[in-house]
Amino acid sequence: MFERTGQPESTAPEDSSPGLSGESRRSFLGVLLTLGSVFVGTLLSVPLIRFALFPLLRRTTELKDSSLGQVGEFSSLTEPVMRTIQIEQVDGWRKAVSEKAVYVTKDSQGQLRALTSICPHLGCTVPWNKEKQHFVCPCHGATFSPDGTRVSGPSLRGMDTLETSVQDGQLLVRFQYFRQLVSDKEVIG
Amino acid sequence: MHSTPKTGNGSAPIPQSGLWRWLNRRTGVDDLLRAALDEPIPGGARFAYIFGSGLLFIFISQVITGIFLALYYVPSADHAHTTVAYITKAVTAGSFLRSLHAYGASAMVVVLFLHLSQTYIFGSYKGRRELLWLSGCVLFGLVLAMAFTGYLLPWDQRAYFATAVGTNAVSEIPWIGESIKRLMRGGTEMGTLTISRFFVAHVFLIPACIFALVASHIFLFRKAGAAGPVNEDPFHPQQKAEPFYPRQVLMDLSLTALLIVGLGLLCFFIPIQLGPPANPADTQYVPRPEWYYLPIFQWLKYWHGSAAIVGVLLIPTLLALAILSLPFLDRGVERRPWKRPAAMGAYAFLVFSLLGLGFRSQYLDRHDSGVAQQLAKQNAEEEAYSQKPFEPELSSASLAAANVTLADPLAAKGKTIFEGQSCNACHGDGGIGTAAAPALVGINAKFSADQLGNIFKHPTAKMTAGGMPPIDLPPDDLKALIAYVESLK
Repeated sequence: MFERTGQPESTAPEDSSPGLSGESRRSFLGVLLTLGSVFVGTLLSVPLIRFALFPLLRRTTELKDSSLGQVGEFSSLTEPVMRTIQIEQVDGWRKAVSEKAVYVTKDSQGQLRALTSICPHLGCTVPWNKEKQHFVCPCHGATFSPDGTRVSGPSLRGMDTLETSVQDGQLLVRFQYFRQLVSDKEVIG
Repeated sequence: MHSTPKTGNGSAPIPQSGLWRWLNRRTGVDDLLRAALDEPIPGGARFAYIFGSGLLFIFISQVITGIFLALYYVPSADHAHTTVAYITKAVTAGSFLRSLHAYGASAMVVVLFLHLSQTYIFGSYKGRRELLWLSGCVLFGLVLAMAFTGYLLPWDQRAYFATAVGTNAVSEIPWIGESIKRLMRGGTEMGTLTISRFFVAHVFLIPACIFALVASHIFLFRKAGAAGPVNEDPFHPQQKAEPFYPRQVLMDLSLTALLIVGLGLLCFFIPIQLGPPANPADTQYVPRPEWYYLPIFQWLKYWHGSAAIVGVLLIPTLLALAILSLPFLDRGVERRPWKRPAAMGAYAFLVFSLLGLGFRSQYLDRHDSGVAQQLAKQNAEEEAYSQKPFEPELSSASLAAANVTLADPLAAKGKTIFEGQSCNACHGDGGIGTAAAPALVGINAKFSADQLGNIFKHPTAKMTAGGMPPIDLPPDDLKALIAYVESLK
């Protein structure tokens, strides 16, 4: 590939005249080969692209419902109770199992609701204070009513409710994280 | 520079659009393309010459699939197998790409053998082509080294034990063998350092050498020119030459197409299996290398003790030297195989010896009922493991947290309190620490249980400033909390 560069034929080629039928046949073949190579190349890149895009097309953290127990257990609820649920967070080829505390309480209409125990202020775990009959965050003193409504303190919103559903008599909850330090509930992760 | 024979029917046509002219004026790509496509082939295009470009195609395919596999692979004894299982079982097209990479290695060895055989039988190493031959020989060795280093990386039973045997064989080399083995393994035993070393060799060192040598191999080939058919003069080609494009290009592409279709079907219908993770404690496992290493594997069985120096060092070294020095020793102009009986005899002897050794190894395995049974069992285990769904690896923090719960009921109670009191909000789940507060893992080395109880109740000024409140708990709960914090390791 190096010995020909100085030869005259490699300088500006003259326009191919229509008389050279061999030339045009070769040129047609060239176009055909180029198109064929592009086609095969595209075909071969399909598995590569699917392989590389896998994490974008598949959710890495799957949202799963965790059971809080039989609905019947909570029918005579007088104050919030804490339940721990196990959350599996899948991160590519590894997973982390963590336990999260969730409160089961009743809203103003007497319907069961689940509250995350993560303070919407700065993320501390909020314990239920039996004497005060309120949730009181140990970190900065944010206070919430038994149904999670904000009462006082630095938090900009009430405690976050989690989606619940009932299946075969089981109360299920879908655990999610919410953005802290904002007045509206906003899912993250 | 050799005398360029006149090419058949002129230069290859290249389209002359405005963009192309612009690009060409700035890069000279037109000249490059012409130089590549107009390469003169004395005596015309032939199917015998297709293997070189076939090798180039497989090499590029190996590079591309290798880079993509590295998107998910982790070279460590802890994670290598999990990540390969993830690639094979979870990631879309993962099994296909991994199979393509693994079968590609075998295809490389096969086409390399054909390329070498063609060069040897056609006497194409003659006529000032010593460096071309030498660079080819080194490339051959590098490809075998790629196959050897890549084989370990999945870290399954098959990979682990084959490499254990492979590196052990090295220690048979007298005097320095043991040191080389330790250097390859990164220690006396196979372990996570072995993976690191093999990974670096497989992904950085050897490919860099291959790139450099492929470039020089192609350069030297173009410098010397194509050797042409067996009745051509290797120094001054006489026969009418045909340009590389189009007929030789089409022939080369037919091999590429065959490789694409063949490998594609193979990978789709018979994907490469992944066995259970390496278990160094397994004493039953019968290791077997990949098929192209079977002849060497069988050969090494015959040489032990004081004879090892002959079989492991002397004979292979002499053979390698003979092969390397071939174009220096065999300086005749004669290229027709039927006029070179000694050269052809040596070739036939070597090929039949390798085949004989390989088949002998297979035969022995099949006729030793114990080995045959164990090999069948290993294959069945591999099959079974490949069928199982992917199980993600539990992260170490989760493991630590899970172990505590199992170990001690008092610590388990303490864990509930730890979480109930929101200690984990600042100190992290399992006391691993966060930005807000330090880790508690390993704190038992610094403080006794009594000291901890005291600090919990009366935090130091520094701790209070950092946001640590005094802990006010009933004595039993405090004891449980201390037990839990002490258990964090």
